[in-house]
Amino acid sequence: MPNTPKLQQQDFPILFELGSPGLCAVSLPKSDVPQTNLSDSVPGDLIAAEPPSLPEIGELDVVRHYKKLSRRCFSVDGNFYPLGSCTMKYNPRINERVAAMPALANLHPYQDERDVQGLLEMMHRLKQYLAQIAGLADVSLQPAAGAHGEMTGLMMINAYHRSNGEERKIVLTPDSAHGTNPASCTICGREAASVRSKADGRVDLDDLRSKVDDNTAALMITNPNTVGVFDEQIAEIADILHARGAQLYLDGANMNAILGKTRPGDFGVDVMHYNTHKTFSTPHGGGGPGAGPVAVAKHLTPFLPIPRVILKDDGTFGWESNEPQSIGKIRSFFGQTGVLVRAYAYIRALGHDGLRDVAECAVLSANYLAARLKELYDLPFPSPYAHEFILVPRAANHGATELDIAKRLIDHEIHPPTMSWPVAHCLMIEPTETESLDTLDHFVAAMTEIADELENDPDVVRSAPHTMPVRRLDEVEASRKPIVRWPAD
Amino acid sequence: MRYTQFTNPQVQQMLDVIGVDSIDDLFSTIPPALRFTKPLDIPEGISELELLRDVGSLAEKNTSCDKLTCFLGAGAYDHFIPTVVDGLASQTEFLTAYTPYQAEASQGILQLFFEFQSMVCLLTGMEAANASLYEGASAAAEAMYMAAGITRRNRIVIAESAHPDIRQVIQTYARERGVEIATVPAPNGTVDETALAKVIDKQTAAVLIQSPNLYGCLERLDRIIPVIHEAGALAIVSTDPLAAGILKPVGNFGADIVVGEGQALGIPMQYGGPYLGLLAGRKKYLRKMPGRVVGMTKDADGRRGFCLSLQTREQHIKRERATSNVCTNQGLLAIRASIYMASMGRNGIQQVAGQCFDKAHYAAQQITQLKNYELRFDAPFFKEFTVRTTHNVQDVIQSCRDNDILAGVPLARLDERFTDSILIAVTEKRTREEIDQLVAALGAV
Ligand SMILES: Cc1ncc(COP(=O)(O)O)c(C=O)c1O
Repeated sequence: MPNTPKLQQQDFPILFELGSPGLCAVSLPKSDVPQTNLSDSVPGDLIAAEPPSLPEIGELDVVRHYKKLSRRCFSVDGNFYPLGSCTMKYNPRINERVAAMPALANLHPYQDERDVQGLLEMMHRLKQYLAQIAGLADVSLQPAAGAHGEMTGLMMINAYHRSNGEERKIVLTPDSAHGTNPASCTICGREAASVRSKADGRVDLDDLRSKVDDNTAALMITNPNTVGVFDEQIAEIADILHARGAQLYLDGANMNAILGKTRPGDFGVDVMHYNTHKTFSTPHGGGGPGAGPVAVAKHLTPFLPIPRVILKDDGTFGWESNEPQSIGKIRSFFGQTGVLVRAYAYIRALGHDGLRDVAECAVLSANYLAARLKELYDLPFPSPYAHEFILVPRAANHGATELDIAKRLIDHEIHPPTMSWPVAHCLMIEPTETESLDTLDHFVAAMTEIADELENDPDVVRSAPHTMPVRRLDEVEASRKPIVRWPAD
Repeated sequence: MRYTQFTNPQVQQMLDVIGVDSIDDLFSTIPPALRFTKPLDIPEGISELELLRDVGSLAEKNTSCDKLTCFLGAGAYDHFIPTVVDGLASQTEFLTAYTPYQAEASQGILQLFFEFQSMVCLLTGMEAANASLYEGASAAAEAMYMAAGITRRNRIVIAESAHPDIRQVIQTYARERGVEIATVPAPNGTVDETALAKVIDKQTAAVLIQSPNLYGCLERLDRIIPVIHEAGALAIVSTDPLAAGILKPVGNFGADIVVGEGQALGIPMQYGGPYLGLLAGRKKYLRKMPGRVVGMTKDADGRRGFCLSLQTREQHIKRERATSNVCTNQGLLAIRASIYMASMGRNGIQQVAGQCFDKAHYAAQQITQLKNYELRFDAPFFKEFTVRTTHNVQDVIQSCRDNDILAGVPLARLDERFTDSILIAVTEKRTREEIDQLVAALGAV
């Protein structure tokens, strides 16, 4: 293969280096219909001269390859994973079993509604649960992830303003907002403008007031916010926006901290998204699939995307698409159904009592860790925290950065926290509610040992990790001269 | 159920360390007026066994394709999924990992995505692919933005023969960005090639063609794409990756961006999602691509390794100037598709595609021998075709359903012009006997 980087002795084999011509891991039944001559039915120019050169590997070696790859990943099942803002909680096994039930998994999206009444009833219940948790009027189950929910919500806000004869161009986001917030603004043809946060992490109301005007479409806020504090000014923030006809959008990434304790609809939110893959424990799957259901207040319901799951007058469930004011369709078919089934199972199993327990234990865990670590590291924001908190290495840490600490945690078999966001040099730590006290204490012990190493042996931290199949990778070169497929070209 | 694991004495111990009296003290930042003190109006929690019964009783109200013979398609297909796909993709090291931002602790998933990208390139005939988008239709919308970004133009032409989900989703996305949409007609099941050149103007960023298209027909990409390029626009093609088992990958015809729905690659039908959005392009457009891309690199000791590459395109770095807002994508579905492609390999994929082709053609041939049925369009097809009937379409569908057969999608559901037609998909999973039963049921209407 031309220009392929030379395989080194210690390199882990890549799929294309395995197998031999003629091997295949799957056996198919012999065809029981007469063969149709391809070139009789299809113009020769469209026919492939030979099949694509996919790898040719026997079944056992395919199994071993993926088994070995699976050993080269941290996961919630294998490791404490305090990745701030991502809510890496335990993903209950039962939800996988439920979603795989053939009567739920083996449904075609164009089957008649009469064939899928049970599923539609479940989706309808889920929609009501999510509306209830949000304290809002209605919910769309269509969005595929949080960012897709943001886009959907902003489109609805645009449509709402348009229905009032307005084209409002500016969407405000606090400077601590997640990157998807401003990116979603652009996707929706809006301009993102930043609102200052105060030293305590709360929105600077004076700055907000000076920026809200008749051209403001909305403020996108995360509450509890990304530094881990609940902004108690939230009702006032809503009032400032509503007084000028602007809408309050809630990024629901941090809903885990307030389930059953306070409801966005009750604190002035007009539209919000959930991340089922955070709050409702649907597995992250190495980066998806998620789902980003969107909840809205009454005045925004006409603009919800289609299709919408409804209970019809005759008592059956169905999809409604005839909605003239709807923003339209945002994805194919009917949403991330398999993910939504898991979210349903999770909410149904926990119930109102269990959901509240989630929030309480998540907040307890975060505040416990913060209390145990505050002597060794700086905690720039005032407690009590919600479900996560920000920690910054001390200036006297001999040039070791948050990155070094994060990488050293890997040697303790702990997945690094979120790094360097939303403030410089920080670690954002979210233990979640599902960890035991033993695990939390193990984390404290690891962080204590690292603090000690920073004093006495900073090089061991700066060169971490030492226990992984690879050491730190050259990410700069990977972007400068990207090799994104095999064989490299 | 509770998935938390603190005992009461532990809670007390933790509160003591924090220095507060009660858990409620930790929620003191929520103003009293905003606290929700009642129980949520959601049923009380239940045990695992009760949950199985609850979901089981709902599931029982469905009739799944386990009990029916499925000839439905139009973007979701009843293909065979080898056991290794479920077995390996459900390994919880994959299932319960986050996006692989921490490269050293995520080499397995990073390499897997790199291999996925490589195999998607093979099936699309392109030089670079990303690590997935949500599903086929939003992938097409992302491709539209990508083309607009590359050309700095704001008009898109979409083939009338593309799936309405693609057309509608692009419309939803385009409205907000002021991207104008035009349509190239497809009066006879494929794009009208003479009309094509006329709808492309100087402001046209790209033309989106789907092949195999909504009606199952293969578009003449060999003739269409040169016309698009001649007129100065980019060619975006939406395709079924499985077709590349026997047909030329669409990139071979000069497509600039290829998108598609990857469900056929080992993903359960699951009532329409989660599926797998594919996006691939020419390498020169790599920096304009949406979504995550994994690159091969070296570690500090010179060993081969993998990491997320070109992150400066992405929202967490570029924010409002990012190429897309996509963050969480469809990682686990890309993992499934990877395992599927690796298991099938070169010969398996050819066999699957070949059997789809043979069985669809056998079915079409048998059906058109019936008195009241004929092929709606003359164009060549892969695994799906449109049949016109003189019967009432709903009667045909119902009559087959009475025989536990899902005969096809009434085409009017997707294109209201064709009230007399049914879209029939035949995968490698269908047997001759099942096809003959379909033919008999159609004949007995
Ligand atoms: C605060 C916040 N907002 C938005 C998102 C985006 O959500 P998703 O990845 O589901 O698109 C994230 C995800 O990491 C987040 O942490």
